[in-house]
Amino acid sequence: MALAEPRKSAVQPTWVERIPAIWWALLLVLLTMPAWANDFILFQVMGWTFVLGMIALSLMFLAGYGGMVSLIQMSVAAMAGYMVAIFGASGVGDISMGLPWWLYIPIAIVIAAIFGTVVGALAVRTEGIYTIMITLAIASAFFYFTRQNYTIFNGYSGFNLVVPPQLFGVDWRQPMPFYYLTLGCAGLCYGAVVYVSRAPFGLALQGVRDNPRRMAALGFNVTAHRVASYTFASVIASIGGILLVWQNAQIAPGTAGIPAVIDILVIAVIGGITRPIGPFIGALIYVLLRTFSPDVLLAFGLSGERFKLLVGLGFLALVFFSPDGVLGLWERWRARRARRRDPLTGGEE
Amino acid sequence: MTETVPAGRLSSVSSGNALELRGVTKMFGALAAISDITLTVRSGERRAVLGSNGAGKTTLFNCVTGDFLPTGGTIRLFGEDVTRFPAYERIRRGLRRTYQISLLFNGLTVADNVYLACRGVSRGRFSFLRPRESDALIARADELIAAVHLQDWRDISVANLSYGQQRQLEIALALAGAPRLILFDEPAAGLSPTERSELIAILQGLPGHIGYIIIEHDMDVALRVAESVTMMHNGTIFKEGTPEEIENDQEVQELYLGDGHA
Ligand SMILES: Nc1ncnc2c1ncn2[C@@H]1O[C@H](COP(=O)(O)OP(=O)(O)OP(=O)(O)O)[C@@H](O)[C@H]1O
Ligand SMILES: [Mg+2]
Repeated sequence: MALAEPRKSAVQPTWVERIPAIWWALLLVLLTMPAWANDFILFQVMGWTFVLGMIALSLMFLAGYGGMVSLIQMSVAAMAGYMVAIFGASGVGDISMGLPWWLYIPIAIVIAAIFGTVVGALAVRTEGIYTIMITLAIASAFFYFTRQNYTIFNGYSGFNLVVPPQLFGVDWRQPMPFYYLTLGCAGLCYGAVVYVSRAPFGLALQGVRDNPRRMAALGFNVTAHRVASYTFASVIASIGGILLVWQNAQIAPGTAGIPAVIDILVIAVIGGITRPIGPFIGALIYVLLRTFSPDVLLAFGLSGERFKLLVGLGFLALVFFSPDGVLGLWERWRARRARRRDPLTGGEE
Repeated sequence: MTETVPAGRLSSVSSGNALELRGVTKMFGALAAISDITLTVRSGERRAVLGSNGAGKTTLFNCVTGDFLPTGGTIRLFGEDVTRFPAYERIRRGLRRTYQISLLFNGLTVADNVYLACRGVSRGRFSFLRPRESDALIARADELIAAVHLQDWRDISVANLSYGQQRQLEIALALAGAPRLILFDEPAAGLSPTERSELIAILQGLPGHIGYIIIEHDMDVALRVAESVTMMHNGTIFKEGTPEEIENDQEVQELYLGDGHA
């Protein structure tokens, strides 16, 4: 009887021991990076990677576990950023209220989460391409609204001088503190998604993805489950959005313009939406291309403006050769290597 | 009360009935997949539904579970009018079903599939906390997996199961929680003789308070697991009775048993 016997033997490794060595190596590299990387790498490359990775992670959660490709995640992030500027302090004194950080941060996350939930409630009644269309339509409506509305969103110019609070006497916009701040938030969001994916909520979401009709026949309210997953994803996106505003020290309609909205989709697809690490890989590739390809292009006598062409071509090639992103490439490469190992010695042939 | 309900069943009070259908009709465009179905199933009753291909048996199940809303008529489940209820509300009241064509979660393991079934009819569907190793639902899921002999495939993705194993898993999903009425849609189709007798053993071993309706083409299986039979034809109920009455009925024999289906 399955009940009587313990399912795990005593010699089984604990969950800490089961983490592969490569993860420990990655953790070590990330934690010690400020010791050997320059400020530009810390702030511009890594900081931005973590921020975009978090926003793309919220899309990965919806698309990978829920089967819902939502293009609203960047707008949700921007909504949180705007709320930080409006409820906190900024260079636009007439609008910003200057509340303390422990008030404006939760307010921003709650408002952005409500926004994402409402959009989700509209979007979950649609499937596939229609979900993409309705979320894209709302994202562009949000862009035009922020550009035209001056009483709340300060229209075209948006908000400048939006900086993180001087907490514990640290200036969190300095490269090293900002690096650790974004690393910590990204790590938390990543951990939350990994954890929830095996909790009843996440498991049920994957059930909804695989077979919504059967989920209803098992007693699940499929619509409510989908909407709740938008709420969860929106919280992650809004944390990314707040950090993004702090990094740029400003927010304007372009932050969530259509190009930015599409970039999040591109990042998630490049990295791979099957696992939560994918969006961060995609974000790193995107940020590296975006940061360094103008120099490379200039060296070849081409206009630095053409980096978008590089990103686009890379995206095309990847989708063509590996629809499940870089993660898919990596997994296939590992599977091939494992096959090529000598079965007796375990060494390479 | 409609006269088509046999007198013997009239005596049972409404709360004693698991299922009461009154004039249930389902149209697909101009086609009436089922029309004016009136049917009563007592609590704990075990009934077989027979009928040729396209008779409307699966459509009847879909209307009862809420997969489709009927075009007309009323459906009462355990005495409550559920005609307009969404499927999940009916399931939470003790209704279960299996699908003729397996509807499983192919991206998940056997254990996850059964765990979801157990979770769906209990609280904490939205829980953000992972179940502990000692979670009662995990133990319950393991029991169900053992009951359909899938314990060795527990951590295998459903996509890698054989056809027969997927059919077994369908049954495990329908037994989760505390079912009161289960609808089996051709559970024996495609099973090996051994699997078939295991299925019969599972059905016969169900506690007495659990009733079921089973759609089954195989007369031998149907007659061994059912105490009453409903014969459907062209979307309507053609005959109702005990297995012996149906087997010996002249009209039924002419329509079904004579012209060697199977
Ligand atoms: N979703 C649907 N859309 C349109 N027509 C349908 C649909 N489902 C069933 N039908 C039609 O309704 C009729 C009854 O189908 P149903 O599946 O209920 O029959 P059945 O008795 O279960 O047959 P089988 O023994 O083949 O499973 C058939 O003519 C079928 O084509
Ligand atoms: Mg059928």
